[in-house]
Amino acid sequence: MSQLALVIDLNVCVGCHACVTSCKEWNTSGTAGYLADMNPFGKDPTGTFFNRVQTFEVGNFPNTETVHFPKSCLHCEEPPCVPVCPTGASYKRDEDGIVLVDYDKCIGCKYCSWACPYGVRELDEHQKVMKKCTLCVDRIYDESLPENERKPACVMACPTNARLFGDVNDPDSEAAQAIRERGGYQLMPEWGTRPANHYLPRRKTRITIHDDELVRADNPLNKERQLPMPDADDPTLDETTSW
Amino acid sequence: MHPAFSVIFLTTLIGAGQGLYLALYTGQLYEVFKVLPVQDSAHFYAIGSLVAAVLLVAGLFSSFFHLGHPERAWRSAACWRTSWLSREVIALPAFLGMVSAYGLIHYMGWNPVLFTFRDTFAVDLSLLVGAVASLLGFTLFLCTAMIYACIKQLQEWATPLTVVNYTLLGSASGFMLATAFSAWRGSGLTDFFGGWAILITLIALVTRSASLIRNGRIKHKSSLETAIGIRHARIEQKSQGFMAGSFNTREYFHGAPKHVFNLVKWSFLVLVFPVPLVLVSIGLGTHTSSLLFIAFLVQYLGLLAERWFFFAQARHPQNLYYQTVG
Ligand code: SF4
Ligand code: SF4
Ligand code: SF4
Repeated sequence: MSQLALVIDLNVCVGCHACVTSCKEWNTSGTAGYLADMNPFGKDPTGTFFNRVQTFEVGNFPNTETVHFPKSCLHCEEPPCVPVCPTGASYKRDEDGIVLVDYDKCIGCKYCSWACPYGVRELDEHQKVMKKCTLCVDRIYDESLPENERKPACVMACPTNARLFGDVNDPDSEAAQAIRERGGYQLMPEWGTRPANHYLPRRKTRITIHDDELVRADNPLNKERQLPMPDADDPTLDETTSW
Repeated sequence: MHPAFSVIFLTTLIGAGQGLYLALYTGQLYEVFKVLPVQDSAHFYAIGSLVAAVLLVAGLFSSFFHLGHPERAWRSAACWRTSWLSREVIALPAFLGMVSAYGLIHYMGWNPVLFTFRDTFAVDLSLLVGAVASLLGFTLFLCTAMIYACIKQLQEWATPLTVVNYTLLGSASGFMLATAFSAWRGSGLTDFFGGWAILITLIALVTRSASLIRNGRIKHKSSLETAIGIRHARIEQKSQGFMAGSFNTREYFHGAPKHVFNLVKWSFLVLVFPVPLVLVSIGLGTHTSSLLFIAFLVQYLGLLAERWFFFAQARHPQNLYYQTVG
């Protein structure tokens, strides 16, 4: 059974928000209705987004590291948001594991958003229904798009290729390989949600050099020993061989 | 969590309605088993059921304000196999229906004796319908509380104490109302209801305090470390990614300053427990029905504060992602 998902490489994400804006742009232009921005030029603007990029600082100054952290629905394999929905509007597709909301059934009770530990569902203030990342289900199967564009908008937009898209259950997919080989992990494993989206950790390339590796402390073969100058009248090797 | 008034009114109103109905039925049971004198007229139960039904309808009405699409509310009965919310949506009208039937049977006097138990206890139709209604009343308490208790990551709610407290606090306010009601109707059940109201309120004091103590020492399983998956004792959010508001910053933060939060806690502890207990005791001693009614009102007011606090106290792990604007 396939499970489509994103794999996000925190090692290369530069926090440019290109995925945020491209996601908003693609999804606000779709047939399912726009992502409402209320009061956009007023005092208290608010809007619906499927994807956010947040920034964290790890460590104590001066040994700090800035981590940019994109966050969207993780399309959990055990999504707690689905069983709690009283109307069946929230559902997980059998064929590709995408978690979706049926906007025509949703009554806007917000219960699913309480059940999601990650805060990725947002109630649209205009349509009054629950919305969330659709994994660009309206792009990835669209045969009118060239094949290399049948990917989520955020994946297409990422300038550093920090977002990989694929079937995490197919061991040969780029996404599954990245998880396997580059230490992909899941968020908040304590709630048993089994997120399908994975994150690739920051990596440091370090070599450890000990002092005794710079100087041969122990030198049984007398390598690099200063040899005494041979006496001037000692035979040279050349003389021996030519002799 | 951000306490929504629709839900605060829903849970407190139906709690009082359920409690009132359970009080009436307990009264009737005691009569049948001849522990208490038989009541004046069938109207006592009929009007009592009417009051309970009005409370339930008011709760139901207020719940609609919580929905983005109230006109689609009927859809919410669909997923009763998995969703406690859906189960509540079914249990509430079912209970309302049975309470109305119970009241109607009393009012119209359609109350044939179905069979006699050991030749002394006459089991009539209202007793049977009432038993079903009581069962539904308890089911409704369970469903309402489980909506909150079943969400694992809201650790303040995810405890059997939530179910116990919803049941006891609802029953307490219902029995308070029953006491005032029966004093007003001049029924002989006043002391009986009053005694139960005092007892249930006292037990609720113990269980609600237990949950306060539990939640005071709760250790949250999620931290910034698990939220972003980086193991380091010092992680600080520098930006949540936007400056404007969002659903995530509104729905999950109560936004009240610490002292207001504590004030609400202490006011509910005072208004739900000691004050009504004193008022009811005096009211029962002096036979003043107005005092009994005030006891109910004070306790109901306290329960509004209690429910506000119940919501505000729960800390959703998503809040870890929304700490700083930037
Ligand atoms: S991340 Fe949240 S909304 Fe998405 S599937 Fe998991 S629980 Fe549901
Ligand atoms: S807000 Fe909509 S999708 Fe979420 S639980 Fe309620 S009905 Fe279901
Ligand atoms: S997959 Fe599509 S909907 Fe989801 S975050 Fe990316 S662009 Fe947005």
